[in-house]
Amino acid sequence: MAPIEQLNLDFLRTKKLPHIWCPGCGNGIVTAALVRAIVRAGYDQRDVVIVSGIGCSSRAAGYLNFNTLHTTHGRALAFATGLKMARPQLKIFVIMGDGDCSAIGGNHFIHAARRNIDLNAVIINNYIYGMTGGQHSPLTPLGKKATTAPLGTLERPFELLELARGAGATFGARGIAAQPRQLEQLIARGAAHKGFSVIEALSPCPVAYGRRNKQGGAVEMLKAMKENAVSVERASNMDAQALAGKIITGVIFTREAPEFCELYYQLIEQESKKNSN
Amino acid sequence: MQYPVKLAVAVTLCPERPKMAVGEKREILLGSRQEVLLTGSGGQGLILAAIILAEAAVNDNKNVVQTQSYGPEARGGASMAGVIIDVDTIEYPKVASPTVLLCMSDAAFRKYLPRVAPGGLVIVDSTFVHGPYPKDFNIYAYPITRMAREKLGREVVANMVALALINAACCLVSRDILKESILQRSPRGSGEINLQAFELGYRLYEQGLESDWGLSAQIPQ
Amino acid sequence: MPDVKPVLMQGNEACAEGAITAGVRFYAGYPITPSTEIAEYMAEKLPRLGGVFIQMEDEIASMAAVIGASIGGKRALTATSGPGFSLKQENLGYAIMAEIPCVVVNVQRMGPSTGVPTAPSQGDVMQARWGTHGDHPIIVFSPASVYETFYLTIAAVNLSQKLRQPVVLLLDEVVGHMREKVLIPEMGKLMVEKISDQVPPDWKPYDDKGLTPLVPFGSGHFYHVTGLYHDEFGFPTGEPAVVSRVLDRLHNKLEQYRHEITFTNYIGHKEPRVGIVTYGCTVRSARAAVKKAYWQNRWPVGLLSLQTIWPFPDKEVEALARQADIILVPEMNRGQLVGEVERSVRGQAEVVPLNRYDGEMITPDQIMEQLRRWLP
Repeated sequence: MAPIEQLNLDFLRTKKLPHIWCPGCGNGIVTAALVRAIVRAGYDQRDVVIVSGIGCSSRAAGYLNFNTLHTTHGRALAFATGLKMARPQLKIFVIMGDGDCSAIGGNHFIHAARRNIDLNAVIINNYIYGMTGGQHSPLTPLGKKATTAPLGTLERPFELLELARGAGATFGARGIAAQPRQLEQLIARGAAHKGFSVIEALSPCPVAYGRRNKQGGAVEMLKAMKENAVSVERASNMDAQALAGKIITGVIFTREAPEFCELYYQLIEQESKKNSN
Repeated sequence: MQYPVKLAVAVTLCPERPKMAVGEKREILLGSRQEVLLTGSGGQGLILAAIILAEAAVNDNKNVVQTQSYGPEARGGASMAGVIIDVDTIEYPKVASPTVLLCMSDAAFRKYLPRVAPGGLVIVDSTFVHGPYPKDFNIYAYPITRMAREKLGREVVANMVALALINAACCLVSRDILKESILQRSPRGSGEINLQAFELGYRLYEQGLESDWGLSAQIPQ
Repeated sequence: MPDVKPVLMQGNEACAEGAITAGVRFYAGYPITPSTEIAEYMAEKLPRLGGVFIQMEDEIASMAAVIGASIGGKRALTATSGPGFSLKQENLGYAIMAEIPCVVVNVQRMGPSTGVPTAPSQGDVMQARWGTHGDHPIIVFSPASVYETFYLTIAAVNLSQKLRQPVVLLLDEVVGHMREKVLIPEMGKLMVEKISDQVPPDWKPYDDKGLTPLVPFGSGHFYHVTGLYHDEFGFPTGEPAVVSRVLDRLHNKLEQYRHEITFTNYIGHKEPRVGIVTYGCTVRSARAAVKKAYWQNRWPVGLLSLQTIWPFPDKEVEALARQADIILVPEMNRGQLVGEVERSVRGQAEVVPLNRYDGEMITPDQIMEQLRRWLP
């Protein structure tokens, strides 16, 4: 694999660095992959918007030199929906954490998917609420420990991409912080896709999750992530037993469906023609 | 009394109200106020009838306020719509004691009859409100809904029959203006039948009260 | 005004029509009685005007979408009623903090909770003031007629743009649902605040020196918008000096433009013995009572009606209290704005509440009955 090129520093607010993330956190890797994907897509910087919710992941918006909107907890997609509908030419990336997107923001997530609005959701899944110190989220695997599940969580987690697919999203992909090049490609493909695209980016949180679940430090966690990763192509030849505990990466689903914002602006055009006649 | 006036909008609030300098005297026109209350059940189109009457009053250069109260049901349940028409400005918007009361259900009749203003007119739909009626009110009974069903095949236009009866009896607004606002406010495709119902109402009024029709009475055509 | 045509219009329609007149081209909402007519009107009209109507998945999302659209450069409004207003508080606070213009309409109904959905109330006066957390400022208007609803909606949009501040329109079920004759002037006869497209050379998204326009996303000015305390470029900070400066700025901009925010109206005796202070639909009953008590009976009575209830018009109320011995405050709640009246009066008159909370309007007779305690 070719070496990863230097980040385009025009797209970073270097004065705002260093970031607030802990050593070993995967958020920086995912954020860098996002920036590279934006470069790869060749968008005009003025058209790019980063919307985020609340939590560790959401702080990424502040470090990126675009139009950046750091919203309230769970509501990023709802803010982004209003913004996209008001200015359809904007290319909007919505960065959310696992709790942010799937717990408090769960309703907005399924409805953005249902509308198939052209937003690119990047969910940084570290299995835990990091900023508040390690509480379990709807994506924490069954039995794993958290400060609010000291004996292991009894709640079954969401299968985030299946949730998105069921709700009507038209693009779903999963990448891991341990494979940043693939992650970058997946985000770029999601951006190129017209409609609601969901990219689940698995990212280690050694401080609030790994430590409590005896998964070692960042390096061990990244290594384990990489070892468990199976590409969607390889997975198609594996049986359920062989896939148990594996992380399937790649484009999990993609399909075509009418995009909401475009439909609405077609309606506007049609109505204004009617009025001028 | 007020901050220096430099409004964000270059208009005074409420120019339709007479500008009232402090201490200025003003004549009150008593007796000009008509309070119409249309009562019955949800689905009878009372609110639409009230809106039509109110719009006609506007077009007839009168002041008007229209209010309503209703329950959670879209159909059935109690429904009430009020229209206040006055040459003076209307402050309190609710009908307190109706000068004209329409009752299209028995429950409404029993509830609202005691509130009628002294000398007020009560029109009842004898399809739903059966006599004998108390003698100490001006009660005019017409088989409003039955007529709508039998003559026009549509119970749903009973509201327009009632509206015509009210206006025929009280001359609240000009008949032509009222017809115009029926056409304006009728849901698409229902303007013509509503007008027919309206004319039926006027004919009913001219025919006189149901009690005067007699056993062999001709039902007006 | 020869160029106006009288029309019959509902309060909720007047709100929607006022919004459209003032340039609102984005509406996000969620169905709720008794405000739904506003959404329905917008759904019908906006696409024809090149605007966007969207029914969101919930009230929280509606408020969020309105803020998003405003950042995208569209004038935006949402409407709801009590239970929905509770849900909107979260992002209402965001709009205050991030200084994003928007208008929130609350057609009040009987609460708490689901209450009586079709019954009027003035129970959300304090919620409108303090509903979202933090020591924030807010502008709240409360119209008494369909006509006032039209104009106050325009004023709300104008002020919200100019001050980059959310404005709440507190209607009530009576005003929202009643239809009245109103005179709507032709377009162009109304002043709608124009925001210049020109971005000043030394523009900062948040400027301690004073008002600064919101430059929409997509115009090439990269800045950060956040609900965190932030510096003049929008970047998060917890620096004590900056934090207090931000909160001061939020409050000061309203204080500075108090004269443009405050709408009140006085009718009645020059030197009233009894002054009535009220707002919203209750003004109608008070006006009817004053017509009788003053114009007919010549009693020394006056009525100060408040179209602006927050920031509270304390100077106007105090001026009334200097004349009157008694200030009567009728409200359709158990006593909310009366506390504020008391505070402004500062002991110069006796403040007497008149409350009703059974889902019916206070009647002119109820007010007359009170007046008879002191008059003639």
